[in-house]
Amino acid sequence: MSLGRGEELFADIDLRREKLHNRAFHAILVAASLFGLVMLVLLILDVLWESYQGLTVFQIDLVQFLTQPSSSRAERAGFGASILASIWLMVLTAILAFFLAVGCALYLVEYAPRNRMTRLIEANLANLAGVPSIVYGLLVLALIVNDAGLGSVILAGAIALALLIVPIIIVASIEAIRAVPSGVRDGSYAMGATKWQTIRRVVLPQAMPGILTGTILALARAIGETAPLIMVGTMLHATRYPDGPFASFSAMPTQIYNWTYQADRMFNGLAALGIVVLLIFLVVLYVIAGYLRKQYEAEGTLTNV
Amino acid sequence: MSTETQSESGISGDDGLESAHEANRRIRRLLFGCAAVTVATTVAIFLVLFDNAASYFFGARVSEILFAGDAFERTVTFIEFFTGTRWAPDHSTPAHGVLPIVWGTLAITIGAGLVSIPIGTATALYLSEYASTETRNRLKPILEVLAGIPTIVYGYFAVSFLTPVVVDGIARHLVDPVGRGVHAVGTALPGSVEIRNAEVHFGDAVVAAGESMIGITVGRYSMLGGILVVGVMTIPMVSSISEDAMQAVPDELRNGAYALGATKYQVSTRIVLPAAVSGIFASYILALSRAIGETMAVTLGAGFNANLTANPFAEIMTMTAYLVSMARGTSAVGTVEYQSLFAVGLLLFLMTLTMNLLNDRLKQRFQEVYR
Repeated sequence: MSLGRGEELFADIDLRREKLHNRAFHAILVAASLFGLVMLVLLILDVLWESYQGLTVFQIDLVQFLTQPSSSRAERAGFGASILASIWLMVLTAILAFFLAVGCALYLVEYAPRNRMTRLIEANLANLAGVPSIVYGLLVLALIVNDAGLGSVILAGAIALALLIVPIIIVASIEAIRAVPSGVRDGSYAMGATKWQTIRRVVLPQAMPGILTGTILALARAIGETAPLIMVGTMLHATRYPDGPFASFSAMPTQIYNWTYQADRMFNGLAALGIVVLLIFLVVLYVIAGYLRKQYEAEGTLTNV
Repeated sequence: MSTETQSESGISGDDGLESAHEANRRIRRLLFGCAAVTVATTVAIFLVLFDNAASYFFGARVSEILFAGDAFERTVTFIEFFTGTRWAPDHSTPAHGVLPIVWGTLAITIGAGLVSIPIGTATALYLSEYASTETRNRLKPILEVLAGIPTIVYGYFAVSFLTPVVVDGIARHLVDPVGRGVHAVGTALPGSVEIRNAEVHFGDAVVAAGESMIGITVGRYSMLGGILVVGVMTIPMVSSISEDAMQAVPDELRNGAYALGATKYQVSTRIVLPAAVSGIFASYILALSRAIGETMAVTLGAGFNANLTANPFAEIMTMTAYLVSMARGTSAVGTVEYQSLFAVGLLLFLMTLTMNLLNDRLKQRFQEVYR
């Protein structure tokens, strides 16, 4: 009897339909999740295939490619000057961005009073992170390249990239500095250290691996940035090696862009090889960041125990 | 600060303490200076763009009018700028209607949203509700890699694969009657060196990915190519932030629904999605804002032709692509091309600023509910 009543209660539910619904939904979700993976595989295969074509069909000489400056003639074009320009950019960007970002993060965590000014600085950071990278290029073009008369040089490009990654490093640094246990700070104060002594000798050394990880990840972002450098006014082709921060330049991404833009197929092979070099740089940066993070986490657990 | 009284009544009470305090104050000022630079950057962006954009509309920069007493004249009226339908400031018969490139940006943004929002949300839902820990740990790094690839690489992918293989495949197989006219447009473009006449099936096309540059029929650039590549780029932004929001939904809500006999599908769509809605919307806005400001992938995907068209196979130009095409460094100062860069840049900055502020609002709501 009770069984019958139960059946009546659930009579309007078609279990088979429900199951079908669930299975179809699950399948859709799996397919959507795989879409990203498929695109990544296609992208990598496409780049590798085009590089292979460049090496075999167009017989690009790898040694020449890695050591020679670029040229408007595809047979004589190399990537060496662009690689050097990118290294210059990275070093200058790191120097410019690091101290500014760490200083700002220290102020916000250790000194900033809870007032309107601090809230403004924090809200502004969130906004800066959302500004399109090309806008930083426009700012540097008007203010540094033309008004200040610096010209389209590596230093100008580095300033644009530094402004772009400062918010990223600040966010990572704030996290790393906050992670230093307050007991360690109090211990330092109890020994009679001043605030700055505590920050310099206790807080910063502990937070440094985290800050460096954030900086390297931000540099990985900067090294692939193209638009700000184009706005600053890079050369079309990196036809000579840059000899310092005040040389005109075309970095790896801008050189890849100029090659991709050409209709001649050999340039596309060159672009694909350039992308492979750029991706190798990125992988190296990510590996270093991953190694640092691992060290950092291992140390972190030690001090917490 | 009451440092003076402290130093007098201090235990050691010597000069060293006083100088240490002085050093502390100096450091504090220095660090505040660092923080102030970040605010100054935003102010500088706005002022510099505004100052230079003024020369486009009034023939002289604001600073020149104010400090050097330059006369100003209306060179481009706002009405012409915002309602004109032809954009060619550098042409011999110039036209200053910004609509075509704003349309280009909006078309790419909306189209990319149609790709990344459903796929990103579904991925987030799968990761948050369905995937085993093992699958999650494998899938998440892949999405992170997708997010970490430089935009120029995506641009190359658009030129060498997405447009010639995928977009062309769609043009041939799905919209063939329309496609013929489109192909005629496409072949007139400089990129289309050779036209392959043989019917290419999608499977063959994928195999022939490497030869992609030979078989161009849609043209080197197309709106759909730009949409696809930006869509793929923004999937990780939607999925990672949406997933965070879904993970923040308390398990009690899910368990309550299961106890009432709900299926997993019902829990996902009627409990998790509504509960995480503000975080999910925040991820959409972030992805759209990124699409508006996206430059290299869009430039190499959609092209440089300021067309006011709804044809997905036609070449169009976004605001960012215009900026790239007009970038000349130092040589162009004072020309109308140079001035127009800042007018378009200011408009772009204001568009993304609006999106960012909207995103902040939503994020605050999302944090209020669950933290």
